[in-house]
Amino acid sequence: MRTHTAPRHREGLAAWLMVAPALLVTMVFALYPVADSLWLSLHHIFVGIPHLGSPFVGLGNYQALLHDPVAYQAFVVTLGFVVLSTVLELACGLIIALVIHERFRGRGLVRGAILIPWAIPTVVASQLWRYIFNDQYGFANLLLFGDRVTEYIPWLAYPSVAFAVVVLADVWKTSAFAGLLILAGLQVIPDDLYDAARVDGATAWQRFWHITLPLLKPALLLALLFRTMDAFRVFDLVFVMTQGGPGDATQVLQFYGYQTLFTEGRIGYGSAISVAVFLMIMVLSLTYLRVIGSQLLERRRP
Amino acid sequence: MNRRLLLAGGILSTVGLSLLPFLWFLLTSFKSQTEIEAAPPTWWPSGSLGFYRTALFDHHLFDYLLNSVVVAGSTTVVALLFAIPAAYALARLSIPGKQGILAVLLCVSMFPQMAIAGPVWRLLDALGGLNHHWGVVLPYVALTLPLAIWILASFFKELPPELEDAARVDGCGPWSTLFRITLPLATPGIFTAAILILIYAWNEFFFALLILTQPEQQTLPVGIALFQGEFTMPWGELAAASVVATLPLIGVVLVCQRWIVSGLSAGAVKG
Repeated sequence: MRTHTAPRHREGLAAWLMVAPALLVTMVFALYPVADSLWLSLHHIFVGIPHLGSPFVGLGNYQALLHDPVAYQAFVVTLGFVVLSTVLELACGLIIALVIHERFRGRGLVRGAILIPWAIPTVVASQLWRYIFNDQYGFANLLLFGDRVTEYIPWLAYPSVAFAVVVLADVWKTSAFAGLLILAGLQVIPDDLYDAARVDGATAWQRFWHITLPLLKPALLLALLFRTMDAFRVFDLVFVMTQGGPGDATQVLQFYGYQTLFTEGRIGYGSAISVAVFLMIMVLSLTYLRVIGSQLLERRRP
Repeated sequence: MNRRLLLAGGILSTVGLSLLPFLWFLLTSFKSQTEIEAAPPTWWPSGSLGFYRTALFDHHLFDYLLNSVVVAGSTTVVALLFAIPAAYALARLSIPGKQGILAVLLCVSMFPQMAIAGPVWRLLDALGGLNHHWGVVLPYVALTLPLAIWILASFFKELPPELEDAARVDGCGPWSTLFRITLPLATPGIFTAAILILIYAWNEFFFALLILTQPEQQTLPVGIALFQGEFTMPWGELAAASVVATLPLIGVVLVCQRWIVSGLSAGAVKG
């Protein structure tokens, strides 16, 4: 009893020493940069015009952002991409989860095979789909038209098709990840629920609709959260496949921010775009987390 | 019977759709330039290794591969060195401000890269880290720490505390308890975290693009994204490079899928 406080104190110190290196890296390479972005976004800074200095303009960049038609268009494209890709990924993920939840011989191998698109570098996946939809050498044309070469379609030259192909590449790449999160939800549904329903004469469809789906809600919401956040920051796909084109059909916010910051060197305005995206993601995820939190609480019976 | 048919259909279509697109790259990488450019392009390659040779020696593929190994390897080691003690402290020890630390980590895992890209570039410019591998390794460590700590902490929590208690009664401090008792038991958790960090660092493109501007330093994703020929797009070499960049990952996934599945769903179940 007497020696109780001294080790406690020592333990607190040791605990802090254990956390310190991780916290330090996080602060220097994640927290400080966000604060710096915020600070830069309140200034006019042009890399090409150093004699202009960096005058403080308050919220001027944000005001300009609100009236920027290019930014608005990028916002619409991003939103369309987020909604379309997450909905499709959840649907495909659900199918994947249902398949790999079943017991069958070689399930480990099947799980591994389904995970391969998730493990492939996004850049490789982007080049792959760009090549598949290439006008002369692509697999899509070969499959559809065979040797009728004159009918070959330059898919990525059409704005809406290019957008659809970017969505397709994202769905192909990340559905397995959504599937794994949903699988985790499937695994905690107790088997006796299904047995009881079967005894009561419920069909497979009814069991899915009345047991599986409602109990999967937290897992689905979590997958939705992760996928939405990730889709919001889509960059690699657009950079490699379309460079935002044709026109501005695939110009997403992150790519617009990248061009403003690093191609045009408008540091202040580019930072304002980054901070705006950051705030949108934060608000969105906090909303989701609230919903998920209450979902989890509901499940826990008093 | 009906159910088994449905399952077989599900397995076939999910596996097929997952693998077939990449197969087109695999086939292409073994073709010759004339087979690619034929109208229509040929389906099956004649089995030439020409593209691998030109990619390796004329397109810096060898450099990219080596750089990726160095960057992904050191990111994994450094991130684990930082994440293991942090996760242990958060899971097991009484630490003031725990909720705050967890909230910060959760926040960081949601950051869009663009929100920190400009300042990270400026910081590395000031520190002299541009065009050095450590210049990408440090941001990678910062961005993978939240997931690594999350996985490891949830793993540490599952271990029976009795052994650690016994060690402590015998006079072990927190550090020696962690290294002598907890770590040997937690190998599967560490392995899981390591795989996920490795895959992240192997695949990361955005920061590598900003920070590494010379082919001698660039990693596979940057090399593949900026792949260019003199006059036409060198699809054959690109396909070969993509296969080289992807094969190690396919190996890792097929061998380690059990850990990946448990690692990615650990956050989901606990969350």
